[in-house]
Amino acid sequence: MFNLFARPSLLKKNGVIGINRRNAELIMRYNPRHLYPLVDDKLITKQLALDAGIAVPELYSVIKFQRETRHLSTLLAAHDEFVIKPSKGSGGNGILVIAGRFGDHFRKPSGDLISLGEVEHYVSNILSGMYSLGGVADKAIIEYRVKFDPFFQDIIFQGVPDIRVIVFRGVPVAAMVRLPTRESDGKANLHQGAQGVGIDMSTGESRGGVLHNRYCTSHPDTRMTTSGLKIPHWDTILQMAIACADTVGLGYLGVDIVMDRDLGPLLLELNARPGLNVQIANQTGLQGAIQALEARASIPASADERLQLVRSLTDIHLTETTA
Amino acid sequence: MPLISDDAPRGKQLIAVKDISVKIWGFLLIGIGLTIGGYKVAFLGLPISPNQQTKTWTVQAKVNFKGNGGPAIVDFTVPKITPGFSVLDEDFISSKYGLALQEQRESRVAQWAVRRARGEQLLYYRLFVAPSTKQVAWQEKPDFPFPPDFEEPYASAIRAIIDDVRKESADVATYTRELLQQLNAEQPNENVALVRSDINAGKAWTLTIIDILKGVRIPGRVLWGIPLTEATNDVKLRQLLQVHNGDRWLTFDPYSGAEGIPNNFLAWKTGNDPLIELTGGDRAEVRFSVTSSYRDLIEVTRLGAEPLDSALLSMSPIALPVPNQNVYRLLLMLPIGALVVVIFRTFIGVQTFGTFMPILMALAFRETQLFWGLLSFSAIVMIGLFIRFYLERLMLLLVPRLTAILIIVLILMLMLSLISNQMGAERVLSVALFPMVILAMTIERMSITWEEHGAREALYQGSGSLLVASIGYLLMSSEQLTYVMFVFPEMLLVLLGLSLWMGRYTGYRLTELHRFRSLVSRE
Repeated sequence: MFNLFARPSLLKKNGVIGINRRNAELIMRYNPRHLYPLVDDKLITKQLALDAGIAVPELYSVIKFQRETRHLSTLLAAHDEFVIKPSKGSGGNGILVIAGRFGDHFRKPSGDLISLGEVEHYVSNILSGMYSLGGVADKAIIEYRVKFDPFFQDIIFQGVPDIRVIVFRGVPVAAMVRLPTRESDGKANLHQGAQGVGIDMSTGESRGGVLHNRYCTSHPDTRMTTSGLKIPHWDTILQMAIACADTVGLGYLGVDIVMDRDLGPLLLELNARPGLNVQIANQTGLQGAIQALEARASIPASADERLQLVRSLTDIHLTETTA
Repeated sequence: MPLISDDAPRGKQLIAVKDISVKIWGFLLIGIGLTIGGYKVAFLGLPISPNQQTKTWTVQAKVNFKGNGGPAIVDFTVPKITPGFSVLDEDFISSKYGLALQEQRESRVAQWAVRRARGEQLLYYRLFVAPSTKQVAWQEKPDFPFPPDFEEPYASAIRAIIDDVRKESADVATYTRELLQQLNAEQPNENVALVRSDINAGKAWTLTIIDILKGVRIPGRVLWGIPLTEATNDVKLRQLLQVHNGDRWLTFDPYSGAEGIPNNFLAWKTGNDPLIELTGGDRAEVRFSVTSSYRDLIEVTRLGAEPLDSALLSMSPIALPVPNQNVYRLLLMLPIGALVVVIFRTFIGVQTFGTFMPILMALAFRETQLFWGLLSFSAIVMIGLFIRFYLERLMLLLVPRLTAILIIVLILMLMLSLISNQMGAERVLSVALFPMVILAMTIERMSITWEEHGAREALYQGSGSLLVASIGYLLMSSEQLTYVMFVFPEMLLVLLGLSLWMGRYTGYRLTELHRFRSLVSRE
């Protein structure tokens, strides 16, 4: 029994936030609904980010109408590698990555080939709203395929690692790297078996990791250790996260960032309802940092001061966990 | 700069205020709901569980007379005010007679009329009543009577009795009680003995008392009624004495002096107007017979409360026509199903396809029963899924694809029904009542979940939906719960209050205790 279920009182003591609390006290309270479209539509997010000077993957083209799918081959002519994704998709759903061409076909990162007709069908599914919330009509975004920073290359087997930063009231409070595994089929989704690796907020150093809700310190496929790695461009990542929060105005925000070999950190997407897996990855509850920030009458406007705040919060984390 | 609300500390207080107002609203709604429900149980006599039975009485008055061959009119007084009983129904059985019902202040007169009545004539009146705690009373105000002139020696005897009684009484009630005590005393004094010697029992006794009361200007009258104690074929009307105290009518037994209308006394008429008046015939006779039976209490309450002005009952679905009642029997159970979904999602953390789809599935199970429902639902979804995977390869647009799935679901259902018909299993036949669109949407969503998140997640959510639907079905098909929701629709307020309360639940879900367990065990 003890192994299957944690005692609620112990979870509470460790400052773990549950979905109900997240919904009632973070999302409803700090995320005004009228701001959701800014993050739910990736095209709007991209535009806002560009205006604010936040680096994003380059937009190749947008497909809005079914008849445009016929011109897909011309639209794609200039690019061998690209990503097609729904503008209003959620949870990384509906993303098609093309890693190259093979004759008339396109090649997926897994090596599978896919015909132009299949790509057209895929785009048309996106437009009909197959991946959007509530099935509303959607747009398909074709954009730059991120060239992954070699930093992660040795650790993971395949797929797209990304960094998720949780920003509360404009201050980054927690972060993790999501490493795809063979089991997760190259996807960075913890539910599907990806590995979550917590990051120390003040140093940018990785901690152990979590696989299927269990603590582990090495990647399941490569057996490489996941702890003690220093995430490159860490300060830039934090500054991007802060800039994103300021741009969209959401008080509880998930910022997903990928690391490009040449371009450095790029903003992938924002999330108005970020999940709670970051707590498992870091083996720390969010409540401590959030409480400390809620207690403050105001948050400093400058990014530097907020970064200092981030470091002071780390101490809270530590005292929370050792207490 | 669109900035994050900078009033977090104040916001924390706002949340506390919100929590309190949710709690207060919850308490209020639940309190109001339970109070109304409790009132209906305690004062209107509504049973808490179905199938409770109560004794009802049928009183039949058989009127017969001999017709002269010409037109005949019968005026028959029937009850209007019946304290202690509520009238469920009444019948007038009179084949060729025209019937007119005249409402009077304290009674009703049924007038039967016919053009030609020759020989023995038979008319029936039947009244169905059930015991009731509802308060009804006579409203008519009498004039003050003038003292009648008694002959000597009775005049002086009565005067002596009156003076005697007056000394030991304070008001109309005590006066009447004392008078009845003296007049019925086992060892009467000589005045009483004189009065008693003059009368023979029966009608005259009550009338004599009324006359004596006139001497002190207390208005009195006779209350006629039928004792409903056992089923008998020949019941005589009994008399009770009623006196008016300026405010209302008080009832006494003219022999024992007991105050109040006895239990099981069905008031029929008041005053001295004859029970029956006949023109165009003779030898009119009325015979009463009484039978008893048992009926569902809820039926009785409904019938009995209808003509009375119970606002609470007229506000409940049992006041609706029967077809509408059946719709509400179903609709009122939906909140129960929704509550099950809330509990499973908010407190346990079970994933389902769509928020309220399990309720619709549960509704469908009502038609098929649980076992066959689960079986046919799973079968159709499974076959549908395989076909859907094939459709995926045909690369259809979304809406046409959904239409295709809908048609396939219909074909599957038709086949299932035909096969089960061949095998003679009736239950499966009713699978046709499954909401087709729900099945089609389930297949579509399940296949997307399958592709996006893998088979495990799809099966997990699918079985979660079925689990919630099954439990929802078990609760929604509970006879007791259906009855309570139907008869006490104020329970909706209780459910509303509960859902407000649950809406502010910020604790962990059961599945989260599992999910986050690594944050504890490492300590």
